[in-house]
Amino acid sequence: MKKSKLADPFEQARLESGIGKMDDQNDPVTMLLRLKDVRKTAHNWKVFQSGAKPGRIVVPSEVNIRDTRQIPFEVDPPEHGDYRKLVEPWFKRPLEADYQAALTKQINEIVDEALSLDDIEVVSDFSLRLQSRALTLLLNTPYSEADTWIGWGTHVFRSEGDSLDGDKANILYDYIDEQIERASENPSDDLYSVLLNSELNGRKLTKEEVKGVMILTFAGGRDTVINAVTNSIAYFAEHPESLARLNDEPEITGKAVEELIRYFSPLTHMGRVVTEDTQVCEHAAKADSRVSLCWASANRDASVFENPNEVVLDRKLNPHVGFGFSHHNCLGATHARQIMQILLTSLAQKVKSIDILDYEENIEDLDQFKRKVGYEKIKVKFNPK
Amino acid sequence: MAKITFITTDESSITLEATSGSVMELAVQNNVAGIDGDCGGVCSCATCHVHVDPAHLDKTGDASEIEKDMLELDDNANEYSRLCCQLEVSDQLDGVILRVAQ
Ligand code: HEM
Ligand code: FES
Repeated sequence: MKKSKLADPFEQARLESGIGKMDDQNDPVTMLLRLKDVRKTAHNWKVFQSGAKPGRIVVPSEVNIRDTRQIPFEVDPPEHGDYRKLVEPWFKRPLEADYQAALTKQINEIVDEALSLDDIEVVSDFSLRLQSRALTLLLNTPYSEADTWIGWGTHVFRSEGDSLDGDKANILYDYIDEQIERASENPSDDLYSVLLNSELNGRKLTKEEVKGVMILTFAGGRDTVINAVTNSIAYFAEHPESLARLNDEPEITGKAVEELIRYFSPLTHMGRVVTEDTQVCEHAAKADSRVSLCWASANRDASVFENPNEVVLDRKLNPHVGFGFSHHNCLGATHARQIMQILLTSLAQKVKSIDILDYEENIEDLDQFKRKVGYEKIKVKFNPK
Repeated sequence: MAKITFITTDESSITLEATSGSVMELAVQNNVAGIDGDCGGVCSCATCHVHVDPAHLDKTGDASEIEKDMLELDDNANEYSRLCCQLEVSDQLDGVILRVAQ
């Protein structure tokens, strides 16, 4: 059971001080590790703001590689709420039957292909493809666009070794600029066109705002979905009984999705900038310093979750923060949940077992903590029923 | 069998009957506006927030610690707030009136 395990590196610090310290490009971060503190801080947007200098609430900081403000992510209430209202109906489309049927077809195809091969490297040849193809549904763009995004590889926003690479980010920014120009000249019914045509307080969104939404849609939904999907494959490889159970009791699939998101916590943490001298978890936090909300640690908080380090497939009370909490909770969660729900259903129906042949872990370096968030590579064999 | 009435934010009222499942599931199946049930009922999303009509509080009983902690940070919460995924349909709920929160 070791290969699919995601350990909790935060436990001791969470119990002892409730915080962790991380240096990041001379802009240190105080990480909040307890569920209650994470929630309270996420809720308190006045003192812990998202609308700081673009890129600063991201860890590692992106202030040196972009100026575009990501929307609605780097905006505080009340403007945040105006943007959310604008985009939310679009991001709820994954609840529609047509969307789910198309996504089911995509995912079944990828699973069938994996079953037909002698072995498959999951990160590049399963998860990245699945994520990219599914994104064409969310953006309502042609299916063939997925090939372009797959061609960027898994490291489009970071170079080897996790540091941020401006050149690679530019591939994405240039692509989005092009797409916005295309949509403004030849509007269609894709997300770019819909955004260009939408109104906020009586005026049209600017191209810069549209770009801010689109960058976020690409960036926020890429590594997170890839890790969620890859980690699910690794988990089921070591837990064939869970696959069998999902097949026998499909009604628990929704709970299983939430539990896997809790356990994997594909997004480890997200920052906020402190606007006034204050305290977090009884530690001083100075104005203009950074804190982070550590979703991954909060999701293992034993004061809330029984047996936090175990996957309890049908966990009934599961107040996890894997998709964030309060105002900025994940806008892509409806899409991500559908991907996971359909993936689990497809695997449970078609796959008997999965063998892990070879793997290399992806370990995030958080200074005080090293956290496994997924895999750089993992080669497996899918065995059909 | 329990009859459960939802009053949505536009003041329209809908009464539904059920024998089992959670109140959130009942609301979602019947498209009650404002009840989304994003997390499927595991108490993680707070998109199933209702205010119990004060006259019917004895029917719903008290929220668990975990549910109270979720509600504590909801700007529209008050003493009558519940996350209705945590309300199981049973005879005890018969006649209850729930106002969908903002
Ligand atoms: C399993 C997959 C995913 C996980 C675990 C995840 C996690 C998160 C978390 C924790 C936040 C909160 C950030 C904060 O409070 O600052 C967030 C926000 C966000 N996510 Fe996701 N995400 C996932 C997939 C996606 C997808 C697929 C998209 C879109 C394609 C997306 C788009 C966004 C956006 C736009 C926000 C900002 C919302 C706002 O500020 O109002 N996410 N996500
Ligand atoms: S449905 Fe998510 S908290 Fe009730």
